[in-house]
This record gives sequence, C-alpha cells and structure tokens, in this order.
Amino acid sequence: MLKIGPYEFSSRLLLGTGKYPNFDVQKEAVEASETEVLTFAVRRMNIFEANQPNFLEKLDLKKYKLLPNTAGASTAEEAVRIARLSRASGLCDMIKVEVIGCSKTLLPDPIETIRAAEILLDEGFIVLPYTSDDVVLARKLEELGCHAVMPCASPIGSGQGIINPNNLQFITEQAAVPIIVDAGIGSPADAALAMELGADGVLLNTAVSSADDPVKMAKAMKLAIEAGRLGYEAGRMPKKRYATASSPEEGTVFS
Amino acid sequence: MNIVINGNAVELPKLVHSVSLLLQHFQLEKKVVIVEINQHILDKSVYAETILSDGDRIEIVHFVGGG
Repeated sequence: MLKIGPYEFSSRLLLGTGKYPNFDVQKEAVEASETEVLTFAVRRMNIFEANQPNFLEKLDLKKYKLLPNTAGASTAEEAVRIARLSRASGLCDMIKVEVIGCSKTLLPDPIETIRAAEILLDEGFIVLPYTSDDVVLARKLEELGCHAVMPCASPIGSGQGIINPNNLQFITEQAAVPIIVDAGIGSPADAALAMELGADGVLLNTAVSSADDPVKMAKAMKLAIEAGRLGYEAGRMPKKRYATASSPEEGTVFS
Repeated sequence: MNIVINGNAVELPKLVHSVSLLLQHFQLEKKVVIVEINQHILDKSVYAETILSDGDRIEIVHFVGGG
C-alpha cells in the first residue's frame, strides 16, 4: 500500500491528465492504468463556452483522489493562491506544489517550493512538492512535514528517463516519507527502474498521453511499476564482475 | 453593471447582482468551478449572499488536464 498523509492507495501509479488525443482514449487509458490518483491543473474557465466538455465531468469521482498541481506558478505566493482555489472546489485537499524556476527546462525553484510548502502545510493541505533530485532538498522538505516528496527523473515532458539514478537512490534510501518519481519518465523500463531504486510511486503523464497507443502504454506502465516494486521488495542479487555457473560443476559426464 | 471576469471587461444585466445569479447567467451553476472575487476565494455556501459591485474583479476557474 502507498500511504500519503491520511490516504492509502493500492496502485503506485499517479497519472496526469494533460495532452491526450481525446476524452474517450483518455478515459480508457485511465482505466487501464488502474491509477487511483489523477493530477489536474487549475485554469481560468472560458465562461462564454460553458458547454465545452471537461474531463473531470466524465469521471466517477468516488474512484479517484484528485491531485491538483500549482503549474503556472513561479513564486510561492502564486502556488499558494492556486492551491487555495483548488481546495475551495470541495473536491480535494492534496496539492502538488510545482513552482517553476526556469522556463526552458521547467525545473523547479527549490527556494520558492520550500516557502510554498511551509505555508500550505500550515493551512492543513496534504502537500506533495515536485523537486529536483537533490537529497538535501528532499530531506528538508520531509523535515518541514511534507507528506511525500516528488523528485524529477529528468525535465518535464522530455521522456529522457532517469538521468541520475544515483541521486534518486540517495533520496529513496534516506527518506521516511513516500518518494514519488515525477516527470521525465518515458518508457515502462524507466518506471520499473524508478521502483527498483526504491521509489514508492511514479507520477507520469506524457509517457502515456503521447504514446502511439495511450491505452496500451497505460497498462504497460501499471505492470512495469508493479514489477519494479516487486523486484525492489525481493532484493536484487549483487553484481559480480565474472561469471558464476548456475549448473553444478560436479557430476558432468566428462569426469 | 461593469465587472471584470477572468481579465475581460463584462457588462452584466441589472438583475444579475449576486455570485449565484452570475453563475446561472453563464450557465455554470452545475459545473465544477471556483470563484474568487477581488482576490478573495468564495465558499460555495456564500454564493447567494455575495452581492456584486461595479468594478469587481472576478476569477472563475476550473480543473483542466495537467500533469
């Protein structure tokens, strides 16, 4: 079970809801992923086109926990404002704190992220900050009281996979709160590796929504995350430089 | 009455004088929306009693796809 604050999830896959070809494919992909947590962004509504369909309306909200993000914020104050707006919907109290510090790489601003997390924790939110893969930063966010920490594998939407597995493992080994690898995952192999490195969950979006077949990829990600987790729990064999035979050396027919 | 909604100047009929009437006016009353008035977030329970004034700045936001 993945425990985040007061919530328990049997799935370790958290799924983003952006950039799908259409709502039908998206709905099928969400179901195939078996996720229980869906992320959303908060944006101005086009009030002159109120009848435009919205993905949220197509979901059975009893089946999913919503994890709104603060995407679009570049300061702690902006992130806090978005978080408060999202909670006023009455649908959620979790927040993915995302404060971007660089428009080209979309890497987070760690200082503003810490400031925003501090305020939102004070206000009783369940806080999941998106961070860079820095072990000290992850520890500081945990010490503040964040309910999970979400280091990136590589830049958002880049699909580059885990650029620094060493850093991620430092983080997973030291953390006492759930570590969710967020951003940069491109393939099922990346997701499995994140889990084998000791992550408690994976948050991804583009890897599924931009796959040729998002529904199939959603299922592949679910299986990869389960496989990676099982592998981590099982404990992999140590690596050796030379071969060791699997068959007995004694009793061959040549002796 | 003239107010600003989501950054756009909007002229409202006289009858539309509260936040709940505003939402009905734009057929948003059944939608999942969050309303902020002059940077103050409104609880749904006060939509009916929150009276609009000339020059109010309103934000009407909702959840969209995102990662």
